[in-house]
Amino acid sequence: MTDQAYNFAYLDEQTKRMIRRAILKAVAVPGYQVPFASREMPMPYGWGTGGVQVTAACLVPEDVLKVIDQGADDTTNAVSIRKFFRRVSGVAVTEATTEATVIQTRHRIPETPLHAGQILVYQVPIPEPLRFLEPRETETRKMHALEEYGLMQVKLYEDIARHGTIATSYAYPVAVEGRYVMDPSPIPKFDNPKLSDSPALQLFGAGRESRIYALPPHTQVVSLDFDDHPFQPTKAAHDCDLCGAATSYLDEVITDDAGGRMFVCSDTDFCGGRRAVGHTGRLGTREAPNPTRGEGASPPPRGEGPGVGGHAGQRAEVVK
Amino acid sequence: MYVAVKGGERAIDNAHAFLAEERRGDPAVPELSVAQIREQMRLAVNRVMAEGSLYDPDLAALAIKQARGDLIEAVFLIRAYRTTLPRHGLSQPVDTAAMAVTRRVSATFKDAPGGQVLGPTFDYTHRLLDFALMAGGPDAPLPADAGTMPPVPHGGKEAPPSPLVGEGWGGGAPRMPHVTGFLNREGLIEPAPAGDDTPPDLTRSPMELPASRALRLQALARGDEGFLLSLAYSTQRGYGRTHAFVGELRIGMVEVEMDIPELGFAVPIGEIELTECETVNQFKGSRTEPPQFTRGYGLTFGQTERKALAMSLVDRALRWKELGEDFTGAPAQDEEFVLMHADNVQATGFLEHIKLPHYVDFQSETELIRRLRAEVLAQREAAE
Repeated sequence: MTDQAYNFAYLDEQTKRMIRRAILKAVAVPGYQVPFASREMPMPYGWGTGGVQVTAACLVPEDVLKVIDQGADDTTNAVSIRKFFRRVSGVAVTEATTEATVIQTRHRIPETPLHAGQILVYQVPIPEPLRFLEPRETETRKMHALEEYGLMQVKLYEDIARHGTIATSYAYPVAVEGRYVMDPSPIPKFDNPKLSDSPALQLFGAGRESRIYALPPHTQVVSLDFDDHPFQPTKAAHDCDLCGAATSYLDEVITDDAGGRMFVCSDTDFCGGRRAVGHTGRLGTREAPNPTRGEGASPPPRGEGPGVGGHAGQRAEVVK
Repeated sequence: MYVAVKGGERAIDNAHAFLAEERRGDPAVPELSVAQIREQMRLAVNRVMAEGSLYDPDLAALAIKQARGDLIEAVFLIRAYRTTLPRHGLSQPVDTAAMAVTRRVSATFKDAPGGQVLGPTFDYTHRLLDFALMAGGPDAPLPADAGTMPPVPHGGKEAPPSPLVGEGWGGGAPRMPHVTGFLNREGLIEPAPAGDDTPPDLTRSPMELPASRALRLQALARGDEGFLLSLAYSTQRGYGRTHAFVGELRIGMVEVEMDIPELGFAVPIGEIELTECETVNQFKGSRTEPPQFTRGYGLTFGQTERKALAMSLVDRALRWKELGEDFTGAPAQDEEFVLMHADNVQATGFLEHIKLPHYVDFQSETELIRRLRAEVLAQREAAE
């Protein structure tokens, strides 16, 4: 099961120690980007190495790991990372948010509320919220130290002057415990409210940029806005066409070349779970509940036919 | 009716199988051996060792084979492997003055002790495709002595004597003191910075800016040859004020020694091929320094001249502040710009990540644009 040529979870113990120290510092100063000596990993920089290093440093053999990308367990990079951890750690894996103890995610927060004891590890491409306003790290470091965030406030103001609304829809900046401005990773702004006062521990890993930051449980996180232009966690004005959910973030799927489209939950576990207990949307059908949604328990592929699996966002077969 | 199909894992497995087929290519053509790559594609091997930051010609050749010739992909393989290797300690600084030189040229003097030794270089070749090399295909008879002669400097013959060759040492190679040493004796060139401090290691602690020269040199040594080539070129064309003379370019084998605490002295642990470049730059005095030649330095694994030369020029350009020069806004002078973008494994990782699904964020942008457009169009309609 575990590849014996590697230490548990791939990283050597000294490296894990170094990363854990960085994590502890990050937890002690919520929202502050802690530099760490990011290692070259077997997947490329920019493809989740920060998340992988944080997860590898946190994993213990008893953990149950879930890996998602764009909300789905079956997107290629989530598959690849999950496979990696199965190979080098042998921990149990799951697609069920409620069963996981460690969840590594790229660019979404699960719809299902997290509980105490869970760790959510975010993959972060650009940890610096001010980066596209000020490219120099030497400058942005000073801005954080001096709590000098005027550049960001001006950007938000100019958006309103130009567009009538703040024009940031993902990676929406937040203020953490009233001190550090933080980039929550490229989650849609719809997910921002889930950052605040979460019972789970949230860790953010940027491998290429070599930074780790954290939100300890029950941290106050506020999306930046103005009194007269308050923050709005918007999503597409539709319900999920498969399960009928009205409050989950949706993927838009193009179904034909005549402009036909449908909307389905981005969170495949959430959607599948709703359909398993009988919820349906405009285009969904009732399906028998899955016996379990852990790894290896999916029914064998049945090719064409109604109601296979629960993994929206992949190839669509239109069955008339 | 929409039906989602689970296929990510199978798709990846099939992609790997397809890749393996493509890597092998036409089965009727003999398979490349790692030894062939190591011997006959040596300059590619050298580049992979230099940027992979790991001296092992066999591993580098394997990486090139596995990567189907994509050298940055090969560098990535070497880097990932390097991460897993235990650290036994640090070597002594190598003594390049004691190098067993196969190639050594200086542009600043017509001749110097040790001589101008052209060595195995493309420099004076005529770039005409040699179709005789195509004749070495699967059906051509091999030359009689193929595979029997080990590689020997100077093709096994005596090195041609130079009138300035001094007493021999060790294996009989002529002494070759550094050219910059002669300039140094007259005080014409800034002294090389002395120091016994352990240099920082950006693979063990995060790179922080502003960086010391030692840290910059480490980053440049691992940096992408193409990126540094273009930056160096830019300094020659006016983006930055360094006109470099090649004081010395030397290539050859040096011994690597390591202190063994249990023994109490250093022992040689092997020898490696290095390219060392020292450039000599002039500037006409500044606010703080008397007129002196200034230094640029490049040091790389294997015969990697272009890289060592480029490294030297960029090193000098980045030294503007400590030399009291002006920042002219040239990219090669911008330490953060150069160091943050020189690493091609990081660069390609982030560049190529845009192939990953981004549909969630794209969806949020689409919704935003739809809303903004709807507002604008509604306003226009109301105005009419």
